[in-house]
Amino acid sequence: MYAYIIKRLILMIPTLFGAAVLVFVLMRLVPGDVCEIKMAGDGAFVDPEAIEICRQNLGLNDPVYVQFGQVIWGYLTFDLGTSMWTGRDITHEIGLRFQLSLQVAFMATLVAILIAIPLGTISAIKQDTWIDYVVRTFSIAGIAMPSFWLGIMIILGLLITTQAWFGDPWMPPIVYVSPFEDLAGNLSQLIWPAVATGYRYSAVATRMTRSTLLEVLREDYVRTARAKGLLERVIINRHALKNAMLPVVTIFGIEFAFLIGGLVVTEQVFNLNGLGKLFVESVETSDFTMVQQLVMLVVVIFVFMNFLVDLLYAWLDPRIRYA
Amino acid sequence: MAAILEIENLQTQFFTSAGTVRAVDGITYSVNHGETVAIVGESGCGKSVSALSILRLIPDPPGRVVGGHIRFMGLDILALSDAEIRKVRGRRIAMVFQEPMTSLNPVLTIGRQLTETLEHHLGMGREASNARAVELLGMVGISDPQRRLAQYPHHLSGGMRQRVMIAMALSCEPELIIADEPTTALDVTIQAQILELMRDLSKRLGVALIIITHNLGVVARYADRVNVMYAGKIIEQGSALQIYHQPSHPYTLGLLNSVPRLDRPRQAKLDPIEGQPPDLTRLGAGCAFQPRCRFAVTRCAQEIPPLETVSEGHVSACWRRDDLGEKMRDAS
Ligand SMILES: Nc1ncnc2c1ncn2[C@@H]1O[C@H](COP(=O)(O)OP(=O)(O)OP(=O)(O)O)[C@@H](O)[C@H]1O
Ligand code: SF4
Ligand SMILES: [Mg+2]
Repeated sequence: MYAYIIKRLILMIPTLFGAAVLVFVLMRLVPGDVCEIKMAGDGAFVDPEAIEICRQNLGLNDPVYVQFGQVIWGYLTFDLGTSMWTGRDITHEIGLRFQLSLQVAFMATLVAILIAIPLGTISAIKQDTWIDYVVRTFSIAGIAMPSFWLGIMIILGLLITTQAWFGDPWMPPIVYVSPFEDLAGNLSQLIWPAVATGYRYSAVATRMTRSTLLEVLREDYVRTARAKGLLERVIINRHALKNAMLPVVTIFGIEFAFLIGGLVVTEQVFNLNGLGKLFVESVETSDFTMVQQLVMLVVVIFVFMNFLVDLLYAWLDPRIRYA
Repeated sequence: MAAILEIENLQTQFFTSAGTVRAVDGITYSVNHGETVAIVGESGCGKSVSALSILRLIPDPPGRVVGGHIRFMGLDILALSDAEIRKVRGRRIAMVFQEPMTSLNPVLTIGRQLTETLEHHLGMGREASNARAVELLGMVGISDPQRRLAQYPHHLSGGMRQRVMIAMALSCEPELIIADEPTTALDVTIQAQILELMRDLSKRLGVALIIITHNLGVVARYADRVNVMYAGKIIEQGSALQIYHQPSHPYTLGLLNSVPRLDRPRQAKLDPIEGQPPDLTRLGAGCAFQPRCRFAVTRCAQEIPPLETVSEGHVSACWRRDDLGEKMRDAS
């Protein structure tokens, strides 16, 4: 098992290298660079020489392999460099927002799990009854409703109900505080985006839980469990759910990775200073270095989540043994 | 001996888009204390459905027991509440299924699957149930039982898994075990071992046994009484001896001719019954076996033959059971 873990970790290196090359190349295929946008972005006339000097300073005129070499060297020395747009330290910039994004992703996944597994289970057990239909409608609504819209509705709802009950409208705080400093303040800010996105992401998992559970409930070993006279609750919890969780775990793993960098609009709605916002800004300004590191961060999380899911598989299903 | 299980005119149907499947169509039989009763028939004739009906394990929808009575030790099975039938399942009537590969839960240890019944039905604690599980595994001939408790089904061979299934069935000392083709999925040599094991244990512990099979050879060696099923009905019923030496239905005869027999010359040719069993959604007006029967007469296609006595304790549903008698057997 340990040998397997080490092997997997080593195998991550070529994946990450490939991703680094890909982002590097793709960014440079897009016309325009940070100097053009910074100086001539507003359409005013700028001395081409000034742009040239800017490029010179940022190293954009160096041969591509030199630039790429610098990126890789940066990884080897744990130095992510500085933003081409603001000149600030990238590690610092990402770190600022990473905590928030990680927390939202974590909470949203938790919300999704708390919604998806119980609802999917009930829906499967009560297949084709009104309960099943209500659950299925609820989860389809989750897919149909963009989470930013749900976010706006949540904020409006908060404003209206607090106004009605307390006389004063209340809005979630806008400035992020660490949960270790002020847990209540932290949660009162992040619980809403977590619910808005978690609900959306629960939809796929609810349906997956329902369908795999329905499949598992037709298995011979479930019939054996019934023939033993066990309670239906025990049959579901002990005999069926663990078997049904495999594909569901995969979904959660992939969604978690996506949530880290992908919550652009939701962050906007709730005024969160997260990675999604930084991402969009960096792409807009062709901030090559920043985009490079943000994408790599998401790739690392993705690869790691995949690894984690595989380990979970082995834990859930003893037939799976990695060597 | 008193009957512990009496099944009377049991009818189980499946309501599918293709029509109503009359999987079990009015069967009647009984099982006495400590007795081994066989149910024999080709694939799809309703053997499993009739067995599952006894424990009310028919998936609903699409299936349902639509008629008849099942009486077990004074209980009216079909009238029990869900909670009451759960007290019968695994505790008083246990089941061994056909597929040892898929009938055990792949993600639970052997130990857990054995102890859960003991804990649930007998209220045993962790330690007591573990000790009992070890004892049970030893009883069904599994070596190193203590270590097996922590193993998963995929660590065990098919024969071993079926032994585990048998241990599970025996765990609460039931009065009746229903074994649905317990050996079909196993190697021939293992088959004999498992059947011997089941017979010995049932005799020793006084457990009645219903063995479902499509192999008449099995029946001859292990059963006291035999029910031959065809298209959802019992078409011949008698002691193993009667069925084996005096088959009184063309279908039973066909089954006998399709298995090797020790009392026949080795060269005698085996001939499987020709044709296919009928579609259970549209059974005709006459004998269900008529399209495949070498002895059919006009009447066979018009009227369903009732079960009638051939000799003491031996009944057959064939219009020609009397006038064919010897001739039928000669013709084979
Ligand atoms: N869930 C179901 N839905 C619809 N029809 C079913 C269902 N289960 C069984 N049947 C039908 O009931 C009939 C009897 O099936 P059963 O499983 O009892 O046969 P069997 O005698 O046990 O055969 P085998 O030797 O293959 O196990 C079959 O025609 C089958 O198609
Ligand atoms: S009743 Fe007729 S068709 Fe049916 S088994 Fe007897 S002889 Fe054959
Ligand atoms: Mg069967």
